[in-house]
Amino acid sequence: MKVTGLLMMPSGWFIVLTALILLRGILAQDLFVAAGAGVEILGLVLFTRSNLMIKRGHE
Amino acid sequence: MSPQLPAAAPELSQAFCILFIFLLPLALAGLALINTGLSRSRSAAHSMMATLCVMGVAASAYFVTGFAWQGYPGLPAHTLSIFGKEWSWLGAGNFFLRGVALNGSPASLAALLQMLSVGLAALVPLGAAAERWRLRACCLSTAILAGITYPLFAHWVWGGGWLGRLGQNYGLGAGFLDAGGSSTIQAVGGLTALSMVWLLGPRRGKYNLEGMPAALPGHNTVYVLFGCVLTLVGWMGLNAAGSILFAHIEPGRTVLVAVNTLLSASGAVLAAAAITRYRFGKPDASLSANGWVCGLVASSAGCAYVPPAAALLIGLVAGALVTFTVAWMEAHLGLDDPAGAISVHALGGVWGILAVGLFPCTVAVGGVAFGIPVAIQGPGPSGQMLAQIVGVATLVGFVLPLTYSLNWLLNRFVPQRIPPEEERHGADLYELGAGAYPEFMTHTDEFSQW
Repeated sequence: MKVTGLLMMPSGWFIVLTALILLRGILAQDLFVAAGAGVEILGLVLFTRSNLMIKRGHE
Repeated sequence: MSPQLPAAAPELSQAFCILFIFLLPLALAGLALINTGLSRSRSAAHSMMATLCVMGVAASAYFVTGFAWQGYPGLPAHTLSIFGKEWSWLGAGNFFLRGVALNGSPASLAALLQMLSVGLAALVPLGAAAERWRLRACCLSTAILAGITYPLFAHWVWGGGWLGRLGQNYGLGAGFLDAGGSSTIQAVGGLTALSMVWLLGPRRGKYNLEGMPAALPGHNTVYVLFGCVLTLVGWMGLNAAGSILFAHIEPGRTVLVAVNTLLSASGAVLAAAAITRYRFGKPDASLSANGWVCGLVASSAGCAYVPPAAALLIGLVAGALVTFTVAWMEAHLGLDDPAGAISVHALGGVWGILAVGLFPCTVAVGGVAFGIPVAIQGPGPSGQMLAQIVGVATLVGFVLPLTYSLNWLLNRFVPQRIPPEEERHGADLYELGAGAYPEFMTHTDEFSQW
């Protein structure tokens, strides 16, 4: 789960970059950048939760 | 009609810039005092010693590789051509500042500013990982930050890289804007702090068996509050020098920069004091200090672009943000951050970046700082918010995983944490062999039940 979370962050970033490079319409660009940012936030949440679970496991 | 001052000469910009850069060490001194005051007395000398070492390592690492990889607009850089657009992704200068004429040229002033500001970024994780981070490990981690992570991102924003050119290449406003370093210095430092807190774990006795956090108060509130005053002076220098070098403003407009910096810090400390007074019955000194610094952090990105009323509002939001997130991160995310550095620098930095897209901006196009003519536009162009969001996405999607992975790798070879059994005696005794206050008997777990 930790590695998945860590990998999701750059994946979201690549979606953002791809939106910039490939899309021209403002709405499409906005939507894809938002989707990329969403994937990053999901990765961050997953990574944070896995760290929390590991910490609680140690306790 | 009031008389006009003559247009800024390059020498004037140069002199102002040098003067402002010389103020910057006060920001480092202030942050060092805040970090030390917010940690316990058993690790006070270690905290100050680590500050000196980190500043030394940061300046040296930046001198060796940092400036070569960061570069400056107009200096050589590695570029990729993607669908006909130039993407500058890494500076291609010489190591050891070879080829940079240290004579007051814009590139040399940028190098000097960065050798200090990278130290400021490196002090941020020091506050978050206080009392449990080995001296040797924090020096090595700083070398990674100053030699690799910082210059890479700073090139993209300030060195003529792809983020700064989002406006030219993709029509996103004026490109990613950050005059004083909310992203390059503060958010990068804050995300490194987050990585270190994840890697090191909480201090011994911070959480009980049910996972509830205990209060481990800092040992000197006077240090913390005096540190706040010092940071203001240093930040005014940082924001003003950054605005001349990277936002290309006239020296006279640094008055706006200083006003915005002061108003943002003022709004933030007042918001933090009012909210803590409302929540706890009395204003909380350490959270108000965190609010002050968060206001300064948030002010940096837009200090040269936004009107003073917007700066005040940015500060008010920053102060409110920090009072809630410090306790929330500690209680719900298990992040033991004695200095509140993650909230103050990472979240405050991100808020400062986004605020540039929210408020009307006045953007200097071209450059005036060194005698080049400039056109001043009205309200910030459309698409600016998207450019700022792309910058934040780069911080979360690239800088955070990179800094975590590099520090995780370092931890495999050089254990970064002081052994938990030694933490009881404090980092001063374990690492330095003597305490900061030898005449006082401390080193008991007076605030900890576990």
